[in-house]
Amino acid sequence: MTPPQPTRPLMTMASVSKTFSNGTAALADVSLTVRAGEFVSLLGPSGCGKSTALRLMAGLGGVSSGNIDWPASRITSHGRPDGDISFVFQEPTLLPWRTVAENVYLPLQLQGISRKEAQSRIEEALSTVFLADFAKSYPRELSGGMKMRVSIARALVTRPKLLLMDEPFAALDEITRQKLNDEVLELWKSNGLAVVFVTHSVFESAYLSSRIVVMKARPGRIHEDFPVNVGIERDADFRISESYRLACERVSHSLAAAMGNEGAH
Amino acid sequence: MENGERSEQMDRLIRIAIPVGVVLALLLVWYLIVHVENIPPYILPDPIAVAIALVKDWPTLWPAFVVTTKITFMSLGLALLGGTVFAILLVQARWLELIFYPIAVVLQVTPIVAIAPLILIYAPTTQSALLICAYLVAFFPILSNLVQGLKSVDHNHLNLFELYGANRFQTLWHLKLPTALPYFMTGLKIGGGLSLIAAVVAEFSAGSSGVGSGLAFRILEAQFRLNIPRLFAALIMLSALGIAIFALTSFLSWLLLHRWHESSLKREN
Repeated sequence: MTPPQPTRPLMTMASVSKTFSNGTAALADVSLTVRAGEFVSLLGPSGCGKSTALRLMAGLGGVSSGNIDWPASRITSHGRPDGDISFVFQEPTLLPWRTVAENVYLPLQLQGISRKEAQSRIEEALSTVFLADFAKSYPRELSGGMKMRVSIARALVTRPKLLLMDEPFAALDEITRQKLNDEVLELWKSNGLAVVFVTHSVFESAYLSSRIVVMKARPGRIHEDFPVNVGIERDADFRISESYRLACERVSHSLAAAMGNEGAH
Repeated sequence: MENGERSEQMDRLIRIAIPVGVVLALLLVWYLIVHVENIPPYILPDPIAVAIALVKDWPTLWPAFVVTTKITFMSLGLALLGGTVFAILLVQARWLELIFYPIAVVLQVTPIVAIAPLILIYAPTTQSALLICAYLVAFFPILSNLVQGLKSVDHNHLNLFELYGANRFQTLWHLKLPTALPYFMTGLKIGGGLSLIAAVVAEFSAGSSGVGSGLAFRILEAQFRLNIPRLFAALIMLSALGIAIFALTSFLSWLLLHRWHESSLKREN
């Protein structure tokens, strides 16, 4: 297998630090570049600033020092990337008074696109997550996994280059979670988008990622940053394959080292 | 399937039959007490006498009913408009809230009966005085509930709107107002009931007579003249107005919320 060619950077963080107003240092000197086509998992103990890092990548909140740039995106007057980046929150965060289709329409509506113009894109996003038949349902009528799918459809409807996911399946049961993991992988492979995925789970990160960034806490910084599963097809046998086992081992050692270091403080 | 339909029909029948039965039973008890105890009609008339008074005095009572209804609905409408605009202004900036909230609270906690005489002096006409009184009372529950609602927006939803570059107006229209709608409906239900009470109380203090007088004045007048059947007839009309307002606001609330809000949902187990 030939190593993957370096692609253009979508997001670069250069020596970013973030201190909250209460004095907590959430991130210290974090440098990270996410390139087109990558699947990056941010993994680490709680309090290691992975969610904060993800929010910064989305342009939510400012940095205390350092720089974030989105070289491939148009930057708005607010200093945020315009439309190229989508975010999937831990909770589905659907608007309960809107139907599924209206929820998916929201990002386009806020961009001033009429419902008529948006219709085909809404349908496309919903069929990507297998919810085409539920367009007229209200969120309360859906299961937890289905709500999360709507949330993903809403993120996809703007056709992002970079999809940021903050422990999106943490609240779901294991079976639903594996199914959604496979769906996210499928999306990643077919749409050519880059994904940054925050997770607590060694297995999830080893299964999904092409690259894993292990972080450590207080203050949050990068412990190790390494590729996994290079050039390996994720087919039905992947979950029981040797390379998956090796990836899990690699990630779990790295995480143990990151947390051990924390204990020595 | 047929069984389910039948039980649903039974259910509907019971829901209508029981309240009607209770009212009829109360009327019967009322009638019996009056006749068994031989209570004179200038102290407690029987329901039939009240019904006769309602029909006979209709030419006097109906215009009064119209006056009270008008004041109640106009004040509620104004309170709705004022409360909504004011609530939206208050949540825009902390300093606006600091300036205006104390004024709103002072107006609210001071009993309306105590301010009514002053308002009667300052207002250009009695009608406008009544309107101001009723407005002041209905305004506050709408304002405070809506402010509460506008502040109850989910932080994740705010992040979502920020992420997609929503402007202030979009955030207000597509997020904050829908979030506040159930709170607003609560305020409207309370305000609707209170505006009728305030209209009556204000009319009592005004004591205005003549063509422009409302039901509350007709009640006072009937009491002075010991025309107790007419007093009861006027009372029944006031009750009917109160029930109508309650039904109207409840229906409006159901109409706007039943598709999505927990308060309007049936439990499905």
